[in-house]
Amino acid sequence: MSTPHQRHTAPPSEPERRVKALETLLIEKGLVDAQTLDLLIDTYENKIGPQNGAKVVARAWVDPEYKQRLLRDASAAIAELSFSGLQGEDMVVVENTPKVHNLVVCTLCSCYPWPTLGLPPVWYKSAPYRARAVIDPRGVLQEFGLELDNDVEIRVWDSNAELRYMVLPERPLGTEGMSEAQLAALVSRDAMIGVVKVQAP
Amino acid sequence: MNGIHDVGGMHGMGPIVREDNEPVFHHDWERRVFALMISTFAGGQYSVDEVRHAIERMDPAHYLASSYYEHWLHAMETLLVEKGLLSQTELEAKRSQLAQEHS
Repeated sequence: MSTPHQRHTAPPSEPERRVKALETLLIEKGLVDAQTLDLLIDTYENKIGPQNGAKVVARAWVDPEYKQRLLRDASAAIAELSFSGLQGEDMVVVENTPKVHNLVVCTLCSCYPWPTLGLPPVWYKSAPYRARAVIDPRGVLQEFGLELDNDVEIRVWDSNAELRYMVLPERPLGTEGMSEAQLAALVSRDAMIGVVKVQAP
Repeated sequence: MNGIHDVGGMHGMGPIVREDNEPVFHHDWERRVFALMISTFAGGQYSVDEVRHAIERMDPAHYLASSYYEHWLHAMETLLVEKGLLSQTELEAKRSQLAQEHS
């Protein structure tokens, strides 16, 4: 699939060749270990992802005391579910309500809570999202298909190297009888970034 | 630092391009760059701030025209050479050697 960000990318052969040279030299010098590299790739490609954050959200929906702890000290509350680690050391969770909608961006680069959401999608790291989220959040949300009433306040959170944000979306109506696992399955990555809402099943 | 990376609030960047069912990595070399960065970072070769600064020092036109993992690759090459762990000559020699082996 050809998309504009890929058209801007140099032909793969050039970075491919540079990466291979760099990796070979670093292994030869003993600065990195080939098995560790494969383990890191497997972890971030297959094990860590938004399914972790979805479990945090579902727990907060079913357990009011957990929700209070999550909003008061997100790092500690997320650690209770063992989703801590690199790029998620200091977390803040912000709650959506009928009158407040939160949106997360990193205008300077790509800061994102890896242990709960995995690695960020390309659009999150792209200049158009980073540029417009802070100056035209309502327009950005419309682009994602989310129309908010004019009386809904939008709060935009600019992530940085020290602090990572995650949105606690509103629990949709009609989910009263659902289990925690069923609820977690409803929660999308984009809802925890704040560009969409969680849809009722 | 007020450089090209500081895009918050800029106009004219165009629409946000999304991809359905986006893979975590788009090319195998991106996987390798990711793992090399985390591994060298965890090995204490540089701090997060040094990596970010190395990206922020990129030529502005190159910054905008290159992909995210190319930024990481650029930062690693820059910092490893600056810290004397690799030399530019070694990098270029290895690239030539690999190119010859595959030709």
